Amino acid sequence: MQAPADPEAQMCVRERERRSFLGYLLAAGCGVVSTVLAVPLVRFATFPLRAPAEETSWSDVGKVDDFATLTEPVARTIDIKRVDGWHSSTEQNGVYVVPTGGGQLKVLSSVCPHLGCAVRWVGKQDKFRCPCHGGTFTPAGVYVSGPPLRGMDELESKVENGLLKVRFQYFRQLIAKKELAG
Amino acid sequence: MPDTKSSAKTEKKPASRWLDWLDSRTSIRLLLHEALDERIPGGARWAYVFGSGLLYLFLSQAVTGVFLALYYVPSSDHAHVTVSYISKVVSSGLFLRSLHAYGATAIIIVLFLHISQTLLYGSYKGRRELLWLSGCFLLALMLGMAFTGYLLPWDQKAYFASAVGTNIIGEVPVIGEPLQELLRGGPQMGTLTLSRFFVFHVFVLPGLLMAFVAAHLFLFRKAGAAGPFKEDPFHPKLPTQKFYPRQLLMDMVASLVIVLALALVAYFVPFRLGPEANTSDTTYIPRPEWYYLPIFQWLKIVSGKWSLVGGILLPGFLALLFASIPFFDRGRERRPWRRPVVVGGFAIFVACYSGLGALSYHDDAHDPNVARQLARQRQAEIDYMRQPFRPLSAPSSAPGPASAAPANVDPLIAKGAAIYAAGPCGSCHGNRAEGTSKAPSLIGVGGTYSADRLSFLLHHRTPNMIDGGMPPVNLDKSDTDALVAYLRSLK
Repeated sequence: MQAPADPEAQMCVRERERRSFLGYLLAAGCGVVSTVLAVPLVRFATFPLRAPAEETSWSDVGKVDDFATLTEPVARTIDIKRVDGWHSSTEQNGVYVVPTGGGQLKVLSSVCPHLGCAVRWVGKQDKFRCPCHGGTFTPAGVYVSGPPLRGMDELESKVENGLLKVRFQYFRQLIAKKELAG
Repeated sequence: MPDTKSSAKTEKKPASRWLDWLDSRTSIRLLLHEALDERIPGGARWAYVFGSGLLYLFLSQAVTGVFLALYYVPSSDHAHVTVSYISKVVSSGLFLRSLHAYGATAIIIVLFLHISQTLLYGSYKGRRELLWLSGCFLLALMLGMAFTGYLLPWDQKAYFASAVGTNIIGEVPVIGEPLQELLRGGPQMGTLTLSRFFVFHVFVLPGLLMAFVAAHLFLFRKAGAAGPFKEDPFHPKLPTQKFYPRQLLMDMVASLVIVLALALVAYFVPFRLGPEANTSDTTYIPRPEWYYLPIFQWLKIVSGKWSLVGGILLPGFLALLFASIPFFDRGRERRPWRRPVVVGGFAIFVACYSGLGALSYHDDAHDPNVARQLARQRQAEIDYMRQPFRPLSAPSSAPGPASAAPANVDPLIAKGAAIYAAGPCGSCHGNRAEGTSKAPSLIGVGGTYSADRLSFLLHHRTPNMIDGGMPPVNLDKSDTDALVAYLRSLK
């Protein structure tokens, strides 16, 4: 407990070495402890980067019986549940239910593969037409004319308990290949 | 200019050269010397570690607090769900929140030890009144931090404990009620209360704390370490030892013990979040954190006509008495057994405070109704922590026929919306009745046509409608009424 009160100048070399050794020991100790403590902090802050990519949920389009007599594409608005952190919200988006013959249906995204405008079904001309830049598609969504580089994007769909369900996804625009966005 | 001096310099280790570089720009060696070579009369002791422990805990609270704010939202709609998200979803979230919550408790404990040491050693003597006063402010600020932070999770116990706490403020004569309303942001607890507590907890009090910590440290260094209680408070005579390395080492070991203890408790007994505050719950029995429990018990005893004296004046008097200790206990004598008034008074206060706390536990345990309700509340917290996280669902961004009807919509309108969505109407008038190139918008149609007229038009199309491609509507009376109600609701 008792330490000599000798002034700085008289501090012997051994004492100085002891002090600097302790200094390194303390610095190393602090470094180790802070690193360990930083682990939960870093994990906490970077959680959104590592959160499992959330499965896009299935949205109801309507009763499959309602589409049984369909002869041309029909527009439907679907609700898409999206979980954003602690917040879950419902977004809406437009899809087209398209009869493909033999009572089969497919669901097309209304998002134009050109620049993302909402494509419209023009019954009188029997084709889809994008109001923004005039891209046109056949009733089955196949590219006909205009700036788009590919046809309308088909969405994954299924029938469950008599309900037509669709999995809404966004695809990258301005490319010829259908590729998931994001 | 290769003289002997500079050649000696080049032989130095790189670390030392780097330090030279830094030193010539910052005088870091002088700063380090100033910080580390503080002289402690009588040498380093374990009794002096609590101040550094508090400084460490304050830093830990600041860091964990900043990280918690990455996810926390201070509004009564979102506070609970975000704390729940932190606790149940975010990695290390429960651990960090527990560190922060238990850190508050640790601060109270170490504060008590720090104050006890100062009182027993008479370390406030010898021109250290301002040092003591700045410490008193720090104590008050820390208690304020504990009080304001308690509400932020917005669970049952947070809400009701803060409701009781702010009610006590309302009992202060004359200024009590306006003060209470100012603190709550209105006569009742609500989202504005939460915002205010948040601002105090995150901006105002931490700012003041930092300022007072700086003042406390400055005044401490100005007065110098007081040393053991046999030392003269004005003119220390004992041989001294430098702060570094022995005292610094002890301080760091103490901080390490605090870290370890906190981390172990936070990891193995994580802090619970209860169900969201239900303001209409009349059965909930609020209980404050254990360190506020004696005050709570005291207020139970002095409630009624003694509430002003017992609840406000006596605590206020005690606080003033405590703050003025260095002003009336002024002699050179520091040995605790020679200062019976201060040491005895403090001991009596601690005994009473602990006794009141014990009494509160005893009362709760021996009242079967209270004990049962408290057990139920505890179980509700445990159950809530076991439930998986449920995200807050916001209403649809663009309500329309296809979206689920909100609960507050007239059922007739909801039925009409369903008929509209199920029928072919949307393919021409738009799914949200916004109109398309084929048919006009129906929004605002209720302003143009009466219900009867709309109902008539649906069944008796005008030539214009027929030309436009409007198909005949085949609905019975009740369905027609529902559809008309829906159309008229479109605005």
